[in-house]
Amino acid sequence: MNDAALAAAGTVLARWRQDPHALVQILRETQALTHWLPRPLLAHIARALGLTSAQVEGVAGFYRFFHTRPSGRVRVLFSDNITDRMLGSEALLARLCARLGVAPGETDAAGRFSVDRCSCTGLCDQGPALLVDHHHVVTRLDASRVDALADLLLAEAPPDAWPAEWFRVDDGVQRADVLLQGLAADAPALAGVLRRAPQALLDDVAQSRLRGRGGAGFPAARKWQACRDAPGPLRCVVCNADEGEPGTFKDRVLLSAHADAVFDGMTVAARAVGAQQGFVYLRGEYRYLLPQLEAVLARRRAQGLLGRDAGGVAGFDFDIAIHVGAGAYVCGEESALIESLEGRRGTPRIRPPFPVQAGYLGRPTVVNNVETFCAVAHIARRGGAWWAGIGTAESSGTKIHSVSGDCARPGLYEYPLGTTIARILEDCGAPRAQAVQVGGPSGACVPASEFGRAIAFEDVPSAGAFMVFDGSRDLFEVARHFARFFAHESCGLCTPCRVGTELVVRRLDKLAHARGAGRGSAFDIERLHELDTLLHGGTHCGLGASACNPLRDTLAHFGRAYVQRSTADHFEPDVDLDAELSSARRVTGRTDAGAHLHTEQTP
Amino acid sequence: MSAAAAPTPVRKLRVATVSLGGCFGCHMSLLDIDERLFELIEKVEFDRSPLTDIKTVGPCDIGLVEGGLCNAENVEVLRAFRAHCKVLVAVGACAITGGLPALRNHLDVGDILQSVYARVPDDPELPLPLNRVLPIHEVVQIDVALPGCPPPADAFWQLLQDLIAGRAPQHLPGLIRYD
Repeated sequence: MNDAALAAAGTVLARWRQDPHALVQILRETQALTHWLPRPLLAHIARALGLTSAQVEGVAGFYRFFHTRPSGRVRVLFSDNITDRMLGSEALLARLCARLGVAPGETDAAGRFSVDRCSCTGLCDQGPALLVDHHHVVTRLDASRVDALADLLLAEAPPDAWPAEWFRVDDGVQRADVLLQGLAADAPALAGVLRRAPQALLDDVAQSRLRGRGGAGFPAARKWQACRDAPGPLRCVVCNADEGEPGTFKDRVLLSAHADAVFDGMTVAARAVGAQQGFVYLRGEYRYLLPQLEAVLARRRAQGLLGRDAGGVAGFDFDIAIHVGAGAYVCGEESALIESLEGRRGTPRIRPPFPVQAGYLGRPTVVNNVETFCAVAHIARRGGAWWAGIGTAESSGTKIHSVSGDCARPGLYEYPLGTTIARILEDCGAPRAQAVQVGGPSGACVPASEFGRAIAFEDVPSAGAFMVFDGSRDLFEVARHFARFFAHESCGLCTPCRVGTELVVRRLDKLAHARGAGRGSAFDIERLHELDTLLHGGTHCGLGASACNPLRDTLAHFGRAYVQRSTADHFEPDVDLDAELSSARRVTGRTDAGAHLHTEQTP
Repeated sequence: MSAAAAPTPVRKLRVATVSLGGCFGCHMSLLDIDERLFELIEKVEFDRSPLTDIKTVGPCDIGLVEGGLCNAENVEVLRAFRAHCKVLVAVGACAITGGLPALRNHLDVGDILQSVYARVPDDPELPLPLNRVLPIHEVVQIDVALPGCPPPADAFWQLLQDLIAGRAPQHLPGLIRYD
C-alpha cells in the first residue's frame, strides 16, 4: 500500500469524522480514489474506525462494487439484465473483450481497464447499457459504439473525454398520469402543507389508502402511525431508492425529473411521524445521479425546506442525506437496507422488531419506496380522498410501469391501478407477446392466456417492472437467467437461499446441456419442484422466498420448455466421470480400462 | 403361540451395506442398535456387507451406502448397488455431501499423489482417485437420505423399521437434528 492510498483514505475518513456507521460510504469513496481496496488499506480503515479487520473485510467482500483484488483504472461493467441480453449485450461484451484482449472479469496486463458484467442498470428501455467506474453510464450500445469505446480505452482516454452523447439517459415517459405529470404549477407550497398538524397529514395518507410501491403493498399510513407511536426521541425516514429489481427503472426517472416531489414526500413523512433524519438509499448503479440530487438538496436547504425549522415550522428540524449503495440487490429489502446504512453487510434482520419499532441505530424508522414518497407529495396537496378515488377498491392511485423487452415503445407508462396487462401491451406495441414478467424476477411471469388480468394488489401486484417476451423467446432460458441472478445476489446468510439458489442453477444448467447433452430427465424436473417448495418455505427473508418465482411460473405455464430438455428416460449424472480421473491418469500414466469410467449409467 | 395358527413364513428382506469413502463410523453406529440386532435378524438377511464378508452384491431390497465417491472403484460399487437394490439409502454426511474426504477437493489430486509418493504407483489393480470426492447422489439416483455423522443408532432402527413395514421412511426430527 502506498502513501497516496493512505492519504486518500485519510481524507475520506476525516470527511466522515471516523464514523463506523459510514463504513460503506468510506469504502466507496476511498475506492473511487484508489481503484481497489487492498487488505492493508482495509486494516488501516478498520483501525481508524475502531472496527476489527474482519468487520471491514466482511463489508468489503459483501458488496459487488467493492474490489479486494486489483482492478483496472477504468472499470467497464455491462448491464446483464435479460433485456440487455435480448438486445445483444453478450455479443457486444465479447466484441469489446476481443478488441481489448481481455476476458470478461479480467483486468488487462497493464492495469488500464477491466471488463465485467453487473446486474441490471435500470436502462432497459435504452440498452444495452454499461457502467463506467460506477459513476458514468453508456446507453444504446451497438457495434460501432463498442469499437469506438475500445479505441478510447486502449488510448487511455479518461471517460470525461468520451463523447457526451454516449452518456445520454432519457426519461422515456410514454404515458404520464398524475405522478409523471408532476406537481401543478399552482400546487400549494410545501411550507403550507407542513404547517398542518402531523396527525392531520397522517390521516390524509390513511384516507388515501396509499400502499407501498416497493412491491409488498403495505399500507403507508399504518407504517407511519406505528413509527409515530413507537417510543423514543429520535426517528428516521428512509427513501428506498435501491431500485435493484431487474427491469425496473421508474425510480431512476422520478429521481431525475421529480426529485423535489420525492423530497417533499419524505419531508411530509418526517413531519407526520416526528423524524429528524432522512436518508435516500441510492443504489450504486445510480451513482451518476448523485451530483444532481445533492444539488437539489442544497437548493432546498437554501430555501429553508430542510434543516432547522424546516419549511418555517418552528421545532421541525429535518434534513436528508444520500447514502450510495455498492451493488447488492438484497439491500432493497428494508432491514438489509438499514444494515447497509449502518455500515454493515446487507443481511436482512430478523423481525420483529420491525424497522418502525427499531430501525436505523435502533430508532423507529419509516422506509418507503421512491414512488410512494412521490405519491405522498401529491396526496398531501390534493387530499386523501382524491387519491382514493383513483384505481380500485384494494389498490388506490396510479402505478408507474417500466416497460421493456419485445415491444415497439419501451419506457415508462403510468396508469391507474387495475389496468389490464393487455391494455399496457397494446399501448407499448407488443402484439406478439407470449409472456410478461410483471414486477421483475421476484414478481410473476404472466402467460398470454392471463393478459386479461389487472395489475393491482388484489390481482397481479407489481413493483414496477414489465418485461415483455415475444414468441421468439425461450422462457426456460429467461428463468435460467433469473436463477443465476438470484444465486449471485443471495446474501449468503441462510442455507436454503445460499445453497438452494445454486442448486436451482445447476439443475437448470443440466437441462440446458451446459455440461453435456441428453442428461436431463423427469427426475431433474421433480427436483426443481422440490427446490421451489423448499425455498418458498424455508428462507430467512422474502427475497430468498421469491427467488424461485420465475422457476415456479415457467414450470407451470411453459412446462413444455422443460420437458423438451428432459430427453433421458432415467436419471443421468451431470458429472463427466471419465474427466474426473484426468489428474490421476496424468501422474500415473495409466491408460488401461480401469483408468477410465463411463458417465452414462448404462454404457 | 397356539398350535392352531402357525404363522406363514415371511420372506426376509435382503439388505446390503457398504462403506465407500467413509470411515465405517456409520456401520459402527448401526451396530449400536445393540440387542435389537436379534430382532432385526429375524426380519432381514444380509447380502454384501462388512458383516458377512460377501464380496459382490446380489438382488436386494435395501442398500445402505456409507461414504462418498473417492475413486473409480467406489463408482463401480455404487453402480452395482444401484442396479441390485430396490431402495438405495445414502447413509451419513459423507455419502450425502462428500464429507470430510471432500476437504481435498480444492487441491489437485495428481499433485497430492506426487507429494505423498516418491514414485506414484501405476498398478492397474489400484483404483484411480477422482479429481473431486463426490456425494453419491451426483452419480446415481438415491431413494432415501439418512443424515448424521454418524446417524444415531435409533435413526438406523427407525429407518429399517419403516422400510421393513413398507412405509415411507419418516425422519423423526429428534433423531436427525444436530444443532
